[in-house]
Amino acid sequence: MTTSSSTESLARRTLLRFEGALNKIFGNDLNPFYHLGALGFFFFWVVTVSGLYIYVFYDTGVEDAFASVEYLTHEQRYLGGIMRSLHRYASDALVVVMLLHLLREFILGRYRGARWFAWFTGVPLIWLLLAAGINGYWMVWDKLAQYSAVTIIEWFDWLPIFSVPMAGYFISAETLDNRFFTLMSFFHVTVPLFILFLFWVHIMRISYPVVNPKRGLALGMLLAMLVLSLVSPALSQGPADLGIEPGSVGVDWFYLFVSPLLDKWSAGQVWALVGGITLLLGVLPWLPHRFRQIPIAEVSLKNCNGCRRCVADCPYEAVVMRPRSDGLHFAEEAVVTPDRCVSCGICAGACPSSTPFRSEADYVSGIEMPSLPMHGLRAAMTADLAKLQGDVRVMVFGCDNAADIGKLRSAGVAVMSLPCTAMLPPSFIEYALHERQVDGVFITGCRESDCYHRMGGVWTAQRLAREREPRLRGRVELGRIRQYWASSADFSGLASELESFRASLRNGRLT
Amino acid sequence: MIKPLQYMGQGLFYALFFGVIGYFSTWPTYTYLQPDETLIKLSFGHAGQLKEACRERTPEELAKLPMYQRKVTTICPSRERADVVVELEMDGKQLYHVVLPPTGFAHSGTSNIYRRIPVKAGVHTLKARLKDHIGEEFNFMHEETVHLVPGRIMVIDFKSATGGFIFKNKNTTQG
Ligand code: HEM
Ligand code: SF4
Ligand code: SF4
Repeated sequence: MTTSSSTESLARRTLLRFEGALNKIFGNDLNPFYHLGALGFFFFWVVTVSGLYIYVFYDTGVEDAFASVEYLTHEQRYLGGIMRSLHRYASDALVVVMLLHLLREFILGRYRGARWFAWFTGVPLIWLLLAAGINGYWMVWDKLAQYSAVTIIEWFDWLPIFSVPMAGYFISAETLDNRFFTLMSFFHVTVPLFILFLFWVHIMRISYPVVNPKRGLALGMLLAMLVLSLVSPALSQGPADLGIEPGSVGVDWFYLFVSPLLDKWSAGQVWALVGGITLLLGVLPWLPHRFRQIPIAEVSLKNCNGCRRCVADCPYEAVVMRPRSDGLHFAEEAVVTPDRCVSCGICAGACPSSTPFRSEADYVSGIEMPSLPMHGLRAAMTADLAKLQGDVRVMVFGCDNAADIGKLRSAGVAVMSLPCTAMLPPSFIEYALHERQVDGVFITGCRESDCYHRMGGVWTAQRLAREREPRLRGRVELGRIRQYWASSADFSGLASELESFRASLRNGRLT
Repeated sequence: MIKPLQYMGQGLFYALFFGVIGYFSTWPTYTYLQPDETLIKLSFGHAGQLKEACRERTPEELAKLPMYQRKVTTICPSRERADVVVELEMDGKQLYHVVLPPTGFAHSGTSNIYRRIPVKAGVHTLKARLKDHIGEEFNFMHEETVHLVPGRIMVIDFKSATGGFIFKNKNTTQG
């Protein structure tokens, strides 16, 4: 067990503070920063639907392309124009949420160890998305398209791919043929399809991925996008004319920033930048750092009855059920996929064999964290509880990724920090409360909807509400249990909540 | 927090989020060519001459060959072509100089150029020269006084079959 580091980065503190403010405004379940990946999916679908509509009216051809988009924008302002605006703004929003998502996962450190997979598969998404957007801007074939196409193609000419410079084809309308437009519209369908495929790969190793934002958030985003589309509809910037250099263009900085950059830097330098960013992001999960993952979950077949609870609760698809291999009369057994396990311990919290009401001192659960075995936790807890003094003794369970509960320790308060709060089997709560070892149990962990291990908060709340296995037993008095979710930025709130809990226990006992 | 305040906060967030998106989707405008500037683009491909000229076989040489080989009467020591050298002068000052090696592994392909050169608009005398052999002198030259209008891209093409350089898309020609 580690306690959360006191040298927490400024970026992390700032992020937590900002998200705390958003929680006040949106509530945790609608906080956009907790749903950046899901918002990415949402904007992708808006882009798809609006794109399909535009596609119906799009003509390929040096002259026809521009004219068909103009028709849509002006003759059909009420629908086509809005669809075009939604298509543009949702694409822009997609870049914004993707970058925020990347930044957030980075700041929270959720890209190392077994999590490398989502991170690594996210990297090509950045470039594919930018490519699709740039491609989209070319489809319009206005002055901006011309500027972007010529600069980008000059940039690609730097690579030793083509022996004849491709930019030469963009010298005049005569050298540019309609096949260019056919090719563009082909790519504008296939690249997004490939992106969708990569989305799927991206979340392949995540259980219960959140791919749809809550309705309130989606509606808010859609409404705001509609307002923007009406106030500032997407417009073209005059037809392209390869004989005239526009000289000055309104740039979509989310997608087209490369072109102005190419004006300041050489093609080689910009390629070096792109290559450098890709390489850096690509190897980031393997760069040296202080983070050490504790040994991964281990199954003890003798203690596994094949109940599937660990499979249901693992947030990273790291446990699977296989046919029984040891001759016991159960149909299945749990098997851990080593390179997927992030060592959160949630599976151990789910396993019925983890219960501390077992007689052996060195009992083993069906699935456990080898460095934090259940019998060890029971022994540590029992020892701590024996030392508690005073009239209101409380056991606090928390997690290593949220508020530092070590600071809550006092004569009447014992604490136990786990890799994830959901590593705690509810039976441990019953155990602490039985025979009045303590007067109350206080449960904390990452902020609601923001569990570092994704599902820990939800599973814990559901287990305590007796909605999910392993359920808290019915005989436990709910008044003796309190949940309060707090990140490292919410320590003072956590401390006062604990005090109020103790006060209520004290009053309850006095009456 | 009470509900109305929350809704106001959400509205503010959405306004900010899509305000930023709306703004940066078009602004700030990017200007990369000043109002008094224009572009000259050099864009063409030209195959340089062979480094070593082919020659006819002498009757004696032919006589030495087996019958079936005698149809080919020229021999080319190498398919390698000379670099193509292009120079552009504006109002007597050199604007651009480039040596274009032939493409292909055997250096037997065309030499290609695509180059964008920003210049001040106005009346200019442009002199383009090209050399496509291993010797010293430029064997193609074209000089013309042109009126370059801001933003209008003058294209310099080259076709040896029609005598060399062609200045295209210029506004007016004087002299
Ligand atoms: C538009 C593109 C993207 C979309 C739509 C997207 C979507 C998602 C979704 C839905 C999840 C699952 C969230 C959850 O349910 O917990 C996720 C996880 C993740 N994404 Fe992305 N993502 C995108 C791009 C990226 C990029 C560019 C990176 C970084 C290079 C990245 C890094 C990650 C990581 C590290 C996780 C896993 C976090 C964890 O282990 O819990 N994603 N993404
Ligand atoms: S510790 Fe258990 S729940 Fe967590 S990732 Fe590993 S197998 Fe899954
Ligand atoms: S929760 Fe425990 S008993 Fe159930 S399948 Fe997993 S390891 Fe086996």
